[in-house]
Amino acid sequence: MSSQEIPEENLPAEQSAGLDQQEHGAVKVADEKNPFADPGLPPHEHRIQDIDERAARRSERTVALLFTVSMLSTIAFIAAYLAIPVDKAIYVFPIGHISALNFALGCTLGLALFSIGAGAVHWARTLMSDEEIADERHAIEAPPEVKAKVLADFKQGAKESALGRRKLIRNTMFGALALFPLSGVMLLGGLGPAPGTKLRHTTWAKGKKLVNMNTNEPLRPSDVAVGSLTFAMPEGLDEHDHDFQKNIAKDALMIVRIQPDDIKDPRELEWSHEGIVAFSKICTHVGCPISLYEQQTHHVLCPCHQSTFDLADGARVIFGPAGHALPQLRITVGEDGYLEAVSDFEEPVGPAFWERG
Amino acid sequence: MSTATNTATDSRSREKAPAGERVADWADGRLGIYSLAKSNMRKIFPDHWSFMLGEICLYSFIIIILTGVYLTLFFHPSMNEVEYHGPYVPLQGQLMSEAFNSTMHISFEVRGGLLIRQIHHWAALIFLAGMFVHMMRVFFTGAFRKPREVNWLFGFLLFVLGMFTGFTGYSLPDDLLSGTGVRFMEGALLSVPIVGTYLSFFLFGGEFPGGDFVARFYSAHVLLLPGIMLGLVVAHLILVFYHKHTQFAGPGKTNNNVVGMPLLPVYTAKAGGFFFLVFGVISVISAIASINPIWSMGPYRPDQVSTGAQPDWYMGFSEGLIRVMPGWEIDFWGHTLVLGVFIPLMVFPLVLVAIAVYPFIESWVTGDKREHHILDRPRNVPTRTGFGVAWITWYMVLLIGGGNDLWATHFHLSINAITWFVRIAFFVGPVVAFIVTKRICLGLQRRDHDKILHGRETGIIKRLPHGEFIEVHEPLSQEQLHTLTAHEQYVPAEIGAAVDENGVARKVTRREKVRAKLSKGYYGGDSQIVKPTVEEYKEITSGHGHH
Repeated sequence: MSSQEIPEENLPAEQSAGLDQQEHGAVKVADEKNPFADPGLPPHEHRIQDIDERAARRSERTVALLFTVSMLSTIAFIAAYLAIPVDKAIYVFPIGHISALNFALGCTLGLALFSIGAGAVHWARTLMSDEEIADERHAIEAPPEVKAKVLADFKQGAKESALGRRKLIRNTMFGALALFPLSGVMLLGGLGPAPGTKLRHTTWAKGKKLVNMNTNEPLRPSDVAVGSLTFAMPEGLDEHDHDFQKNIAKDALMIVRIQPDDIKDPRELEWSHEGIVAFSKICTHVGCPISLYEQQTHHVLCPCHQSTFDLADGARVIFGPAGHALPQLRITVGEDGYLEAVSDFEEPVGPAFWERG
Repeated sequence: MSTATNTATDSRSREKAPAGERVADWADGRLGIYSLAKSNMRKIFPDHWSFMLGEICLYSFIIIILTGVYLTLFFHPSMNEVEYHGPYVPLQGQLMSEAFNSTMHISFEVRGGLLIRQIHHWAALIFLAGMFVHMMRVFFTGAFRKPREVNWLFGFLLFVLGMFTGFTGYSLPDDLLSGTGVRFMEGALLSVPIVGTYLSFFLFGGEFPGGDFVARFYSAHVLLLPGIMLGLVVAHLILVFYHKHTQFAGPGKTNNNVVGMPLLPVYTAKAGGFFFLVFGVISVISAIASINPIWSMGPYRPDQVSTGAQPDWYMGFSEGLIRVMPGWEIDFWGHTLVLGVFIPLMVFPLVLVAIAVYPFIESWVTGDKREHHILDRPRNVPTRTGFGVAWITWYMVLLIGGGNDLWATHFHLSINAITWFVRIAFFVGPVVAFIVTKRICLGLQRRDHDKILHGRETGIIKRLPHGEFIEVHEPLSQEQLHTLTAHEQYVPAEIGAAVDENGVARKVTRREKVRAKLSKGYYGGDSQIVKPTVEEYKEITSGHGHH
């Protein structure tokens, strides 16, 4: 369609063929009329192996040597496989301590393969004919008479099918073909449950104790020192549980103690216990666990995409791609003196989503 | 068989034909191999170092399949939690998925298992790097032009599918690093308006991480994606055979021929040998350079992470997009539009599609419907080369963004400064790169122009009788003259007359105007150096005393 818009004369002319027909290797004559014309293929230059049989034999020996090296390497591979214990480590400069078996197998396999390749390439380069040959190209598109025949055949076939004439058949067939893939789409429904409100809730609930992730013991306020970062999970969560991974992906908590005077956000102070604040550990950007804590500034950093939150100011985002503050868990101290949750998180933890609102 | 009526030669060929020929006869009678071999056995392949880049991709793909099949013999695609009791002491007693456990088993107990794992992973990285560089070669030399646009698309699809196959494979061991990458993907899916949570729940079979994704990724990684890719590779190669390979301009090389070495024996030996070279090099790399040491990362736990988390290199640009994007979140009638994640998720395919559609844009601008088998030298197509370099700059800027933490720690830079650099360079970098590249191309064209007209600078200084010093210029040979002038130069398309021959005003469509503008930008006065004509050459070379 666009070819009509551009006149043919705007397309550049092809470089003149010059002495195209000239036989390969023929002595070329400088074209007086067109010094830029194609002089044709340059004459073939012989390699030393083409004229000196001794050089050719040297090449032959080199190729044979490479193939022999390959054979020896394969034997070495087999020997290494059988002899070296799988757990043996060796020191190789400058890599350091590595698996002896891996090193030996990789090097012998590599050498065996590389020698085959080097031999074949050397053979091709020095001993096989290096005379360049020119092949004709043919247009990719079919000649007009072929095209005409195909179009006629197609018309004939279409006519015989009567698809255009018998509209009832055509329309119902299209309907049937369009509908049946829906069965496949329906079957995909089994891939997962509907999200419902699952992303809004965690295991946290009123009275759930905060359990130190490292010691597996419930936390007392005195366990949380100023300047330390403590990771916690709800009591009752056990690594061996079937849903542990799913739950910890939302429940994970980080706890720090900040001097109450330093807390800028009034709600944060209210939800804390004497400066002990508990925030979701799951980054609100795309869900990495936050793990870096700067004691002096009370900033936490997600190591994945460097979102930085200010824990002294409602965990608002101060740098990076996260879109909103980390949710805070309201905590208090129970009758037995352990830290516990007052309720579940008030907003969904983790990355934002459409229904989050 | 009666041989009585046959001539002597016939009977001889029947009775004494070598075994190989008899097997070939048998196969020919059933598969028609002689007709196939007739057109292909001595097929000509041109030689140039850049033509082996595609071979690296093909061979690393084969290596990935071979080693991948081996790995499936030992890998358990299951997320059932088990306790580790293997020989690696630091992890003993830890809970981990069977996927991680079996990967540990492959790495520490299967003899040679670690080697095959590392070859598999290294080959995957090289496969993608190879495709990237191969695509650049095709792009900058204009090898994507008619009739090869479809093959360009096949190659593009291979690159994209290769990325996803790599990502799914990388996630299978269920280690801390890859799990973090999967979590990132989940967060990105959640950002999709309206259906985001459904996409995530359907992919993971419920809430992240659930117990399904390793098995689901596994079937995609070993069956679905490589199956499609294998089909595309075959189609890609068939088209390479059918179109015949492109070649650079040179003496005796025209748009209607292909000059080089025959498939049998030279190309078979070189290409076949090259497979072993690639395999050999990857094996040695895998012997000496550890990759993805899952034992030092440990099994995945959604509440744990390591610093310096990085995806494999080919995912780095998407990582850059997500890292430098401002964290925009908009309240949209009670719903959340997570633009800070969703925009990068949408730009990610755009970056890729930009290169996929390029051939069609260029052919629309040139209006050229002819076949092109002679490759362009990048300098002779400054606008295209500029676009290519601009795109690479874009990609590299995003790669820097993807590793902003590593840049910060290794070069003692502020992460804030790097982020802002990437944000600005994302828009400015490609423009600058485009302009600079175009200038360099034009400079190189001018140099060619001078070389054609004034010959090669020999470096020999001659003193003339009257004391003047001149440098001797050696005229180029006809081969060189031809090679340097063989490229075509387009004339910018013009909008046709606004009135036709009958004086009736014709409507000039917006399309035409855009096209004429683009064409002018591509081939207008500032965008190429008009190559010397024969007349100019003769005028200069016929005089005496010139230099």
